Amino acid sequence: MIGNKQIITIKGTREGLSLHMDDACSFEELLKELEEKLAANRIDSADQIVGVHIQLGNRYLEKEQEELLCRMITSKQRLRIESVHSEVITKQAAIEWKEEAEVKAVSRVVRSGQVLEVKGDLLLLGDVNPGGCVTATGNIFVMGNLLGIAHAGKDGNTDAVIAASYMNPTQLRIASYISRAPDHETDGVYMECGHIDDEQQKIIIDRLQAVVRKRPGISSFERRMLNG
Amino acid sequence: MGEAIVITSGKGGVGKTTTSANLGTALALMEKKVCLIDTDIGLRNLDVVMGLENRIIYDIIDVIIGRCALKQALIKDKRFDHLYLLPAAQTSDKSDLTTEGMEKIVAELKPEFDYIIIDCPAGIEQGYKNAVAGADKAIVVTTPEKPSVRDADRIIGLLEQEDIEPPKLIVNRIRNHMVEDGDMLEVDEIVQVLSIDLLGIVADDEQVIKASNHGEPVAFQPNTKASIAYRNIARRILGESVPLMSFEDQKGMFSRLKKLFSKSK
Repeated sequence: MIGNKQIITIKGTREGLSLHMDDACSFEELLKELEEKLAANRIDSADQIVGVHIQLGNRYLEKEQEELLCRMITSKQRLRIESVHSEVITKQAAIEWKEEAEVKAVSRVVRSGQVLEVKGDLLLLGDVNPGGCVTATGNIFVMGNLLGIAHAGKDGNTDAVIAASYMNPTQLRIASYISRAPDHETDGVYMECGHIDDEQQKIIIDRLQAVVRKRPGISSFERRMLNG
Repeated sequence: MGEAIVITSGKGGVGKTTTSANLGTALALMEKKVCLIDTDIGLRNLDVVMGLENRIIYDIIDVIIGRCALKQALIKDKRFDHLYLLPAAQTSDKSDLTTEGMEKIVAELKPEFDYIIIDCPAGIEQGYKNAVAGADKAIVVTTPEKPSVRDADRIIGLLEQEDIEPPKLIVNRIRNHMVEDGDMLEVDEIVQVLSIDLLGIVADDEQVIKASNHGEPVAFQPNTKASIAYRNIARRILGESVPLMSFEDQKGMFSRLKKLFSKSK
């Protein structure tokens, strides 16, 4: 029965080719059919490179398996892998995912020389003193005085923001951007929020309301689930 | 059972040793049995400030490596019968002093004394760890300068990891005219940043330097600003509630007005 049924279905869409791979067969069978399919359709080397979206269904691929699959597709044809989508993830990945999307509430003073690191968003009930440092892979919200260093979007999330009740930091860091306090003494600002301005390509500090308008999804869990 | 209080600051030169000597003296003035311990091996000073340098025969390292009994190393103060000093070693190997050794000494002293004041060396290395090891309470000394407050913050962070009560703060060497001009940090500002309880404030007083040179802690003097401040702190340690000293001298109407306007800016 399986012999008759196609394991791989190819569909053309506006975004390129969509490869639906059956999830009921073994990985070896899948590779075998893929190889046949790829060999059957020769494409001229002058042709344009076509993007491919792979739909794995309920199949979970190890990293090596995924690489093998992608390598096979790109080496045989003038194709480029755009995305690999699977309906399932491992428990470990799910836990990490959850951690990334969670808001961690911490109640303490981060003092000089101390580093507070969290995954996901950080909600700090307390101060960050000069010389202290807080980092998060997501956003940072400080209910207190932010006088030290805050690093949001540590793993490269440039959408992350840093908000504080009172903000007079030595440095603000978001993803790979760094901004520091001016050399002259400043008074600091209340209820403001630092974020990356896409036009100026640097960190700017703005009123909370203005930032919420620019980052509408700041508090939505679903958005982060979709973005992964 | 006595109480062991470590005097620490992180930064050097803010007045740990002076504070230790004066709190010890002030507590002794209030009829408490006090033992001072100097843990700054190689750079001992407490004995000089107390004027007991010429009486040292054995030191803390001698006690730890068993060269003498603890009682033999204790030096009785020349003014009080119930104030003692355990001096630091000047020449011995620093590494002989361990946290275990320190804990043992403090535990041995506790039943004999009401208060054990431990003078901590500057820094956050082994010397600091030794000094803190036996302590029940901690007092952090800072001056109204940024570097000193920064280090105090660091040390408070480290003390929070220890199994002791939340530390108390002494702001030392306040020059009132500089604070008023905005050239020195205000006490309120320091307390807010460090977010711990304030135990006392001490004015920058020339008498303190004079007294240290004479080996006679300033707390003996009846009515200098610093001596009153130290005695007030000692009373607070004993549980009395004593209002903070006001540094403000008598002022005319004009300067008060000036201050009012400079604040509202």
